[in-house]
Amino acid sequence: MADFELKPNEKLDVREILKDIDKYEPRRRGWTWRKPAENKNMGPFEYHDISEPLKNSVGLPPAKYFENIDPQPMPVITTEIASGRFEDDIRRMRMAAWHGADHIMVIRHMGQSHIDGLMEGTPQGIGGIPVTRKQVRAQRKALDIIEDEVGRPINYHSYVSGVAGPDVAVMFAEEGINGAHQDPQYNVLYRDINCVRSFVDACESKKILAWAGILQIDGAHNANATAREAWKVMPELIVQHAINSLFSEKVGIAPDHIALSTVPPTATPAPCMYMDLPYAVALRDFCGRYKMRAQQNTKYICSSVREATVTHVMNMFISKLTSADIQSTITPDEGRNVPWHIYNMEACDNAKQALIGMDGLMEMVELKKDGPLREMARDIKERAVLFMEEIIEVGGYFQAVQEGFFVDSARYPERNGDGIARKIEGGVGYGYIFEREEDYMAPVTAHYGYNNVEQYGGDPENPSALIGGCTFEDRSKIVFIDELDEEDCVARRLEKVEKYLDGKAIKPEMEWCGDGVVLMTMMIPADVRTAEATALEIGRRLGLENPEVNSKEVMQQAEGTRIEMKGKITFDVDPSTLEIPPEPHHLDDATLYKEFEEHPMVVVCGTVGEDEHSVGLREIINIKHGGIEKWGIKVNYLGTSVPVEKLVDAAIELNANAILASTIISHDNIHYKNMKRINDLAIEKGIRDKVIIAAGGTQVIPEDAVKTGIDAGFGRDSHGIDVATFLCEEAQRRRGEL
Amino acid sequence: MKRADDFEQRRQHIANLSDEELYNKFWDLTAQVVDPLLELGRKNTTPSVERAVLLRMGVSSLDTQKIVEGCMDRGLMGHGAGHVVYKISKEKGISIREASIKLAQGEYWDDAVALFKGGK
Repeated sequence: MADFELKPNEKLDVREILKDIDKYEPRRRGWTWRKPAENKNMGPFEYHDISEPLKNSVGLPPAKYFENIDPQPMPVITTEIASGRFEDDIRRMRMAAWHGADHIMVIRHMGQSHIDGLMEGTPQGIGGIPVTRKQVRAQRKALDIIEDEVGRPINYHSYVSGVAGPDVAVMFAEEGINGAHQDPQYNVLYRDINCVRSFVDACESKKILAWAGILQIDGAHNANATAREAWKVMPELIVQHAINSLFSEKVGIAPDHIALSTVPPTATPAPCMYMDLPYAVALRDFCGRYKMRAQQNTKYICSSVREATVTHVMNMFISKLTSADIQSTITPDEGRNVPWHIYNMEACDNAKQALIGMDGLMEMVELKKDGPLREMARDIKERAVLFMEEIIEVGGYFQAVQEGFFVDSARYPERNGDGIARKIEGGVGYGYIFEREEDYMAPVTAHYGYNNVEQYGGDPENPSALIGGCTFEDRSKIVFIDELDEEDCVARRLEKVEKYLDGKAIKPEMEWCGDGVVLMTMMIPADVRTAEATALEIGRRLGLENPEVNSKEVMQQAEGTRIEMKGKITFDVDPSTLEIPPEPHHLDDATLYKEFEEHPMVVVCGTVGEDEHSVGLREIINIKHGGIEKWGIKVNYLGTSVPVEKLVDAAIELNANAILASTIISHDNIHYKNMKRINDLAIEKGIRDKVIIAAGGTQVIPEDAVKTGIDAGFGRDSHGIDVATFLCEEAQRRRGEL
Repeated sequence: MKRADDFEQRRQHIANLSDEELYNKFWDLTAQVVDPLLELGRKNTTPSVERAVLLRMGVSSLDTQKIVEGCMDRGLMGHGAGHVVYKISKEKGISIREASIKLAQGEYWDDAVALFKGGK
């Protein structure tokens, strides 16, 4: 129920989103996939694997050379956004949607998985955001408006785990969340939540996800991120994927709503493709009836954003060679800090660029049917089978967990004895499992397991009829809680940054409104330790608050270090005091091509007077420098120190449409005198109404040039596009078309 | 547990399976691993499962844990926390929401115990 529309040139005001948030109802339930484009032609190209284009978007930087097309790949593109302040994340979500993200994942506040029950209100988070009903509702409401703006449904996603998994699942179902992480193994191995408790809870959570059409993503990739030597846990990864997937399917989630979170296990300088590709093939051989959510390897990510980006692209090559229904993105600054706005955009652009760049690739190449690829894949699959077999041999899943089967760093069946072992009778939530009595009853929809509603004449197919429908049928029964803490809440935080929200002051921003964070890149010609100290000193002298080096890369031990440093600026900029020059007026390529094709333009040009400067004019005319030749203008270049008479005579001889004179020397106003002479000569020889006359040079002031009688002057920093635009419009004016 | 790589011996019985047979074996084994887990969920409940039931019945999230603790303290979890609220609302002739608020405030628990233990 979006009650207001966004304008592309206006900021999204979070305060508007929060108005009447207690009355907001989600517009739909469930997950949405991208639709294949019906028309696969865009600009000058024909595509093969693209999805429907967006109504509004930011294309890749070179799009300007290709009619500003912005083709969208088939996989859903994920970006993770959670800075600790959900209100600032909302603006980042809008930016990400414009960059092609349609799956926005919200990371939870540190420690939320050990809280018994739902969190409420809008407290600030650490390492993520406290996921609460008000926060979820505000972000889903914002995404409704944003998806209208970009013209593609956006999936909103968070986590159903911890000791309040089922509580959270209910809230997500009620609030129209579209995707969720749910994997009891994650609770057991990494959150030390009692294993029996985790699986009993997971039955209920998954049943609720199934009802709400929420797409589930598992947590198996964490084994990869945790194991000491990640490339050795491949058989276990497949085992973990299989356990959660089949378990979910048997609870009732449709296979096309079960997604495997899969990560290529290793990274360069390992020969990673040779190891990761067989794994990807093995996984898809076994688990192909489920969906693949491909993510980048983060195990080995460092602080170099360049390195992280290359890993990302290579991982997407594996996605393309095998399959990915959802392409997750990891921000290239993941190895440095909580992701910044700009790196979410980079990550989305990386995915779009790589996937569009590989459009149609699989029509040309295929994976070999034999050789090392298939042999290695078979090897991994056999090890996975043996792993599963041994789980049963020792007495089942819980026993296997207790014996430290999982996240052991050896390649199964070898064991290093360093796996994560969790006691069946231990962990958070142990002792809180209760056997259901014969009269156990729960009068609600999407409840898993034994439920004796018949004792009250209820219908087992519709247990909630006993209470006239539960919140899943009747939203009016949902209890909305606004805030629990008057101070730690969104309203207080927004008050503090009001001047920025109202556009009265501007400060750079990486995460939070008004944070003032800037990033500086520099090459310090010194060893690493000296370079770091030097950078910090530079930061302090520049007046940065808390300067901190967040990346160091050696160029050569003694010669230099590449440093990236962040810090906070301490002042605001008042936009009302800024002098913003008018935007240059340029016609687009298509218009210029058309003009000079339909109305050929011949130009004579040269540097006039006693003047040997040639660089400026060459920049204006030469096709290689983006000069006017590019659009089909025929250029006759007469050279330097050309007498003005010669220029005018050449124009007559060649039947030229325009004269371009370059004049650099300016003492005694010789440049303007030359312009006047050209104009006078053209009149004298009777061609003035036939030729356009323009002149340019570093000392030329356009207004003064025109006073000499010529048609246009071009000063410092003029380019071919300025001259071409003028020639086109002047020709049109003379034809009476403008 | 530390163990040397015994893959070659271990794989003897699956070495000659076709890819399809290997696939089927894998999923048969997986089913054997997950089926007992599903059975646990069918027969048991937990505080979070019961809180999730209460939420769907229209109980405030601020009250769900209080009601579940009330049930745990009195050995009523096996009947279902939602069931307790349901039965109290019928017994007292009040709405589910009203019953949940009263129980969260510590009222009606003697009635609840009597209804489930005495009157069973």
